[in-house]
Amino acid sequence: MDGTAGGVRRPGCRLPGVPAVSHGILLAGSLAMLFPFVWMLATSLKPAEETLLWPPRLLPIHWRFANYPEVLDAAPFVRYFLNSVVVSVGSMLLVIATSLIAGFIFGKYTFPGKRVLFLVILGSAMFPFETYMIPLYLTMKSLGWINTYPGIAAPYVIMSFGIFLMRQHIAHSIPDELLDAARVDGASELKIFLRVIVPLCSSAIGALGILAFIQAWAAFIWPLLMATHRDMYIMELGLSTFQFRYTADYHFLCAAAVLNTVPMLIAFIILRRRIMESVALTGLKG
Amino acid sequence: MAEPSVAPWALNGRNLADRICGLIRINRQTLARYCFCYLGLIPVLLIYWVFRLEPIGRTFVLSFYDWHLIRPLKPFVGLANYRDLLQDDNFLLALKNTTLFAVFVVGVSVALGLALAVLLAGRLRFTAAYQAIYFLPVIIPMVPMAIAWKWIFDARYGILNYVLSWFGVKPIGWLTAPDVAMWAIIIMSVWKVLGYNMVLLLVGLKNIPAVYYEAASIDGAAGWAMFRRITLPLLKPILLFVIVISTINAYNVFTQVYVMTTGSQAAPGAPLRVLVFDIYQNGFQFFKMGYASAEAVVLTLIVLALTLIQFRVIRMDGE
Repeated sequence: MDGTAGGVRRPGCRLPGVPAVSHGILLAGSLAMLFPFVWMLATSLKPAEETLLWPPRLLPIHWRFANYPEVLDAAPFVRYFLNSVVVSVGSMLLVIATSLIAGFIFGKYTFPGKRVLFLVILGSAMFPFETYMIPLYLTMKSLGWINTYPGIAAPYVIMSFGIFLMRQHIAHSIPDELLDAARVDGASELKIFLRVIVPLCSSAIGALGILAFIQAWAAFIWPLLMATHRDMYIMELGLSTFQFRYTADYHFLCAAAVLNTVPMLIAFIILRRRIMESVALTGLKG
Repeated sequence: MAEPSVAPWALNGRNLADRICGLIRINRQTLARYCFCYLGLIPVLLIYWVFRLEPIGRTFVLSFYDWHLIRPLKPFVGLANYRDLLQDDNFLLALKNTTLFAVFVVGVSVALGLALAVLLAGRLRFTAAYQAIYFLPVIIPMVPMAIAWKWIFDARYGILNYVLSWFGVKPIGWLTAPDVAMWAIIIMSVWKVLGYNMVLLLVGLKNIPAVYYEAASIDGAAGWAMFRRITLPLLKPILLFVIVISTINAYNVFTQVYVMTTGSQAAPGAPLRVLVFDIYQNGFQFFKMGYASAEAVVLTLIVLALTLIQFRVIRMDGE
């Protein structure tokens, strides 16, 4: 993401005294961005009566860490977490597999119907999921997939952008000569795919995997329709039903919300650069 | 007659392959590749068909039926669902609310995102840290963030009303009245998506070749003029992409509305009506799936129109 070549100053720095002013603006904005997290964390460590203080205090007077075990007793958030992991990892693996094979075929072969199929796949991405969830729900119902992992993961196992991304990558950065050489050595097309193409796509697989995982992890309305049994709730859904039970107990709600924030937060701290690069990739769509 | 099941089959397969090759005039290698292509694509296309293409098509079909989940009779009613929609106050309100929501969220988040991107594209220290902070809400799931904001917006004990009280503002029931809740949801949503717009626009800014700035500065351009004459025109494609994608996302708003304004005594007012919520309610709470599908078709048409506008403008730019 670093394209500042040749020491040319970007427009932001052309005004006099800009660095100080810029930092001032950016810092104030940062505080506003972070405040909801801080407030949520602080509230999660307060006893109930301290959430009703007026004027409110940022830090707890009596730190109450017991909110966390009590929340975990009140709702099976560990189970929700594991459900989220199963659904997100499963979706991610399928997105990677389908994108690799389709990206390879669309990127390196010509065959009758190729253009039409590719356009259909890309075009289908123009329809937001919310617009076709009703028939999809009916399909799932007739398949008996309600309250199952495949049912919850179904809309997230394919990604047109993933196929597009892999096609671009394979078509442009893997030379045809490499495939021809493998063919001369007697490798079948499938073997070429598994032995030559897949190993050369590791960075694209990483970027796509991150996008697919985030997409499934953040899903809400579909799990809301598909998981009616508490054992099948994913984290997001578990938290929203927890919220309807403990409407005004904000110390509990915030503790539960913090628990739901932690997995992605850890992932972001570890993979920050890669996550932001992957998300920036989606800008290629246009 | 040993092993009759293996040998003749293989022989037949070979004959068959040769015959097909002869028939459509391609060599065997090409046929093998076609087979690989189609066999490889079949599972992918099957998933596309079952989970996406067929449901998209059936949404349109369902919208012409009085399709109630419970009732056994699901008669064809033509355009009646659409006619009813035009007189449905809830739907019209949802359409109005969602449009208003989209206009404000997109306008504010793109403007702020652009400002941030311009600041961060300059030679400033700690840009990586700033980017991470502004991007954080994008990556954290919506439900916990909606709960955090619900608490901030709380009418009696919320910190926002407390801060406003310093300026003599009387307590506002942020989430109790739908018309006020709209602004609360807009504020929350801008906070949530700002970082996404910032990251995309930052990539766009960094892709502008430095020579343009060099040339402009030789001509004496600086500051605002530079931004208007160089940055903005060259940023137009990605800016347009960001605007369209944010608008589409805004039209599909649901989660924060569901968490922050429905369901419980903490939100005693009517829920904030947005399109997807109305679809959800008609389809999955009232089981009027044909009617909800007609609403979904309207949403689809809005989104497709936005996408087509984007393609149009980009193509016009290319010519």
